[in-house]
Amino acid sequence: MSRTPCESNDDPLIRIRDLRFAYPGPPHDRFTLTIDELDIAPGEHTAIIGPSGSGKTTLLHLIAGILVPESGSIDLAGKPVSRLADERRRALRARTVGMVFQEFELLEYLHALDNILVPLRVARSLRVDAEARARARDLAASLGVAHTLRRRPSRLSQGERQRIAICRALIARPSLIMGDEPTGNLDPASATTALDLLFEQARDHEATLLVVTHNHAILDRFERVIDLPALVHAEARA
Amino acid sequence: MSDLLYLSIRHALHHRVRTAILTLALSVALFLPAIVQTLTVRYETALHARARSTPLVLGARGNRYDLVLSALYFRLSDLEPIPYRALTDLVQQRMGLAIPIHLRFSARGVPIVATSHEYFEVRNLQPARGHLPLRLGDCVLGASAAARLGLAPEDTLFSDQKDAFEIARPPALKMHVVGVLAPAGTPDDDAVFVDIRTAWLLEGLMHGHAPAGSADPRMVMGEIDGNIVLNSAIRELNEITPENAASFHLHADESDLPLTCVLFFPNSDKNATIAKARANTSPTQQMLVPAEVVDDLLAFVFRIKGFLDLIALTLGACVALMTVLVVMLTVRLRAGEMRTLNRIGCARRTSLALHAWELSLILAAAVILAMLAVALAHALLPDLIRTL
Repeated sequence: MSRTPCESNDDPLIRIRDLRFAYPGPPHDRFTLTIDELDIAPGEHTAIIGPSGSGKTTLLHLIAGILVPESGSIDLAGKPVSRLADERRRALRARTVGMVFQEFELLEYLHALDNILVPLRVARSLRVDAEARARARDLAASLGVAHTLRRRPSRLSQGERQRIAICRALIARPSLIMGDEPTGNLDPASATTALDLLFEQARDHEATLLVVTHNHAILDRFERVIDLPALVHAEARA
Repeated sequence: MSDLLYLSIRHALHHRVRTAILTLALSVALFLPAIVQTLTVRYETALHARARSTPLVLGARGNRYDLVLSALYFRLSDLEPIPYRALTDLVQQRMGLAIPIHLRFSARGVPIVATSHEYFEVRNLQPARGHLPLRLGDCVLGASAAARLGLAPEDTLFSDQKDAFEIARPPALKMHVVGVLAPAGTPDDDAVFVDIRTAWLLEGLMHGHAPAGSADPRMVMGEIDGNIVLNSAIRELNEITPENAASFHLHADESDLPLTCVLFFPNSDKNATIAKARANTSPTQQMLVPAEVVDDLLAFVFRIKGFLDLIALTLGACVALMTVLVVMLTVRLRAGEMRTLNRIGCARRTSLALHAWELSLILAAAVILAMLAVALAHALLPDLIRTL
């Protein structure tokens, strides 16, 4: 498993310029996100805060290349992700980004261990080997879900599902770990453990950590906190 | 590829009811045309092989299919008999080999085929155990018949009693099993073979009883030209033994005795033409080319096959449409999963490959299932040729 490093340590891992994004819909009733400038350095641990609907998840998806901006540019690990073709964005995402989704998005037909290994199974540049399995088990053990590895998602609690989703985000040793409310469904103790693991993984692999959260109690653990409404000109035009 | 195959297998197994229904539906759609096609080919081959191995059949005028099916496949029917002289005439003309066939009786449901020794040579039938029937009342069993009846050489077999309440009929004959033929894969496997004279015994045209001279005087009706005439109270023998064999005799001119048909193997095409021409000018007899009759029969079978093919095609189209519907629904149901895979970084063609792999797995399972079903059907279905 390899990481895609930035071209040099001085270059930001994420570089956003003159970003403008709007969801499809009638012009008078659509959400628009604009960001003039945002850089996030390699290895930086950043939290994004803001009220619901302020565009936090949208920003993560834009950075990951899941969404494409109308204009402006987003560079990820030195690659112009906003201008890449869909297949190349997917490949870059598979190599570079590990993402914990708000709704976990585990696959019901796979047990927990296979869910953790999914990114390695579907990415052409990655593969499942004994080392990957061992790593999946280690990650699960670190988050206290080693006993759930043979269970299907429907037989896991909300907290267990979230921890399996975190393991899945970390399995490919991504250089950018993104979390969309990764501790939102966890009790305080589990949330602390999950955050500890995210930070530990980010530190161990010099990965950048970008977390969307509503939990202000954890903000002091981040090197940088971005208040999205203050940064962007997000406007819902009536 | 193995990872995608693994994911596809997991998905198919997770939705096992859907997978099973789809596999079953597809396998039925594949099985039906396959079984119709293979059985048609199998029966066509078997029918043609048997028909081609018998150049000509002589029998009474009437239904040509009945005559050929009786002569070749031993299907019991009420064909008018032809006299034994029809055979002796052919033999005297020295135009080929004529083999008598008498087919009217059965033993425990198995047709009794009365014929001559030449029949076994022509059909290349060899006894696997025992020997061929040499004496009156002896019989040799086809391999399947022996297995079904559970008989072996030195056992005995009673003929089926026809018209049980007809007192003029002879009693059931106790036949001695003297041999079992090696399997031939033809209708010969399901027959009981006896000498042609045994058939006449079964007909009641030949019989054995105690000598008339020593009969109870009350049974003596009179004397004609030095022959003692006994009444019907005389007890006929129903088993031929070395001791009583000499007492069996005919009460008719042998040339008038009945045959079902004669298999004729002409020496040349010219002799075949002459024999056919002579026979077909007779108002009571016909000589047929079995291959031609079978071709006619198969033409009818192929018309039915065309209809079955149409049904199979319709069924296949329905299953194909159903499969498309299931696939479309599956794609919709898996939209969330595909969105997740997209977000993880799965290539679009990998997502498509996941669908394709699963469909291929189901198709492969359906093909294997259909092939197994065809093989099973071939093994278990009764051989229609042998049971025509």
